[in-house]
Amino acid sequence: MTQTLAVLTMMLTVATPLVFAGLGEVITERSGVLNLGIEGTMYLGAFVGFLASGALHSAWWGILVAMLAGAAAGALMGLLTVTVGVNQHVAGIGTTLLLVAACNFVSRLKSSGGASEQVPKLSKLFGSTAVIGQYPLTYLALFVVAPVIWWVLRSTGMGLKLRAVGESPEAADAAGVSVPLTRYLALTVGGAFMGLGGAFLTVAMLGSFSLDIVSGRGWVCIALVIFGRWKVWPTVGGALLFGFAEGLEKQLAITTTFASVPNELWLALPYIVVVAALIIWGRGVRYPGAYLKAYKRA
Amino acid sequence: MSVLTPEPSPGPVPPKLRPPKDSPQRAPQIAARRAAAKAAWLRRAGALVAVLAAVLATIAVTAGPIRAAGANPTAAYKRYLMVPLTSVNGVVEVLIAATPLLFTGLAVAIAFKAGFYNIGGEGQFLVGAVGATAVALNLPDAPRPVALTTALAVGAICGVAWMAIPAYLRTRFGIDEVVTTLLLNPVALLVVQGLLNGPWRNPKTGFANTIEFSGSYALPRLFGTRVHAGLLVALLLVVVTGVLVATTATGLRLKAVGQAPGAALASGIDVKGYQLKAALISGGVAGLGGAVQVCGVSHQLTESISHNYGYTGIVVATLGALSAIGVTLVALLLGLIGIGAEKAQVSLHLPSYMGEIMSATLLLTVVAALVIRFWRPRWWKRLVAKGGAS
Repeated sequence: MTQTLAVLTMMLTVATPLVFAGLGEVITERSGVLNLGIEGTMYLGAFVGFLASGALHSAWWGILVAMLAGAAAGALMGLLTVTVGVNQHVAGIGTTLLLVAACNFVSRLKSSGGASEQVPKLSKLFGSTAVIGQYPLTYLALFVVAPVIWWVLRSTGMGLKLRAVGESPEAADAAGVSVPLTRYLALTVGGAFMGLGGAFLTVAMLGSFSLDIVSGRGWVCIALVIFGRWKVWPTVGGALLFGFAEGLEKQLAITTTFASVPNELWLALPYIVVVAALIIWGRGVRYPGAYLKAYKRA
Repeated sequence: MSVLTPEPSPGPVPPKLRPPKDSPQRAPQIAARRAAAKAAWLRRAGALVAVLAAVLATIAVTAGPIRAAGANPTAAYKRYLMVPLTSVNGVVEVLIAATPLLFTGLAVAIAFKAGFYNIGGEGQFLVGAVGATAVALNLPDAPRPVALTTALAVGAICGVAWMAIPAYLRTRFGIDEVVTTLLLNPVALLVVQGLLNGPWRNPKTGFANTIEFSGSYALPRLFGTRVHAGLLVALLLVVVTGVLVATTATGLRLKAVGQAPGAALASGIDVKGYQLKAALISGGVAGLGGAVQVCGVSHQLTESISHNYGYTGIVVATLGALSAIGVTLVALLLGLIGIGAEKAQVSLHLPSYMGEIMSATLLLTVVAALVIRFWRPRWWKRLVAKGGAS
């Protein structure tokens, strides 16, 4: 029983950054831009959040600065894919490589090796009781951010314009919607959520920064968005599934029955679960109409 | 076009004999050819100008962080681009550093050419290294030719096998290969770590790396330097692939599949088959790169066997315009920058991550500049519309 509760607690905590970043990716992809810079943006958010919360002595300020940094990274993607119109795969991978290298560069300048320092971090609510004792950001993700994004995308003029730009930019343009402006907006807002997701890793979960902090979670988010078919709640569900796999893995790894199984196999399990989920539910999905296509007025 | 010119033929011309060059019949043909040659030359010159502008932009952008780190940008660029080339030892290091990039760059180029986005070169490189290591640890006494052939072949097969999953999922079920190849990268790293922390841990030191391979698994060295035969293997592969793609019907079909899959399908080309094969070859080349790296350089498997080689391969392939010459030159350039960055870390205390920043910035500025070069200001368009310029 306590083990089940531990798995569920872990599931919610692990899913939180994926909910933020995954929904950020939903927003950008719904506008027709694949942002493969997500891995780098999360890394940037984690690093900047860590630095800022140390410098400003407040975890919340750190999170805010991380969101601004994420928005800036989104604007960079916008410059490349919207204004210039380069191949989105290449722009995204390039952005990720650039951001990760830049963070590592600054990190090395700040501290020449040695153990990472601890910064102010968030604490869990409700005295860390099982399952409900979560970081405030977890509640924010599941009960505020996800419903609001779902509502904005589904029921507001802004959401309709965003989807129109992602499905048929020509039609949206003809109807008077600015395609570049909409996409920039989607990329910066989405980038801010990716930065927030990254910051959660340092400012809430660990309170410190390490070079392998994101370790492919951004790629997981890309998979979750496909798995969730660009819809808000299925993507959140995918994040919870990943979180469940990781929580289960952590619990099983410490039981005596599986003591002989190498730890790395457990660590690989969530990635394999995501690939398996894609195989089962990711077939024959319908991509947004303008996915990967730069828009240029004729 | 030329044969159907409106002018009547000045006399009976034998059917297979072309009219002389100064004949009025040939004039339009020659003019068209000249115009095409001029246009092609202009295109190339434009691309060159764009790339040069991108290089200048990269230098301008990276000067800021270099200065912020307390180093002189001019001195830093000299270390990155020139100092390694001033000594034989430096050139040797650059060639060694460029070898894995040749493999991963070629791997990515083959896949991209077929329109298959293999972003998993990192994982394929790692499992290739694992495959070669498995052979080296289990058959330490094999004679050298057998040992090396087996190790490299198993490495390549491991790369193919690792790629088989995304390739099959893409061609059979249409599951996006970008995601699956990406997700398998951290898994491959965990495979390496699991083996190094488990069965392959060094029993003498207790460190997370394998024991050193027996001598029969060391790739022969060239010219009495540390450059190993892997460089020749890589160059041979690049040249052979380049020639095959450029001259054979299969190569033409491969390009058609990548550039216009719909048209390729309509003209009876097995698009999925070509993509599957290109993807598997791509995985094999990356895996071979990993095997060459353990047999040629480290002679043992370590956690850091791949310094982001798979991801950098994407930079190499894209900047090299997916061509054999381009991939070779860019791999050498990035090898140079990588070695220069290590040198600058020692002599200027500039973190070697600067090298990665430079290559990523170069990638972004070059792809952007190659698009921007087709931009024309509004007054230019008006001028062209009036017929003032061509």
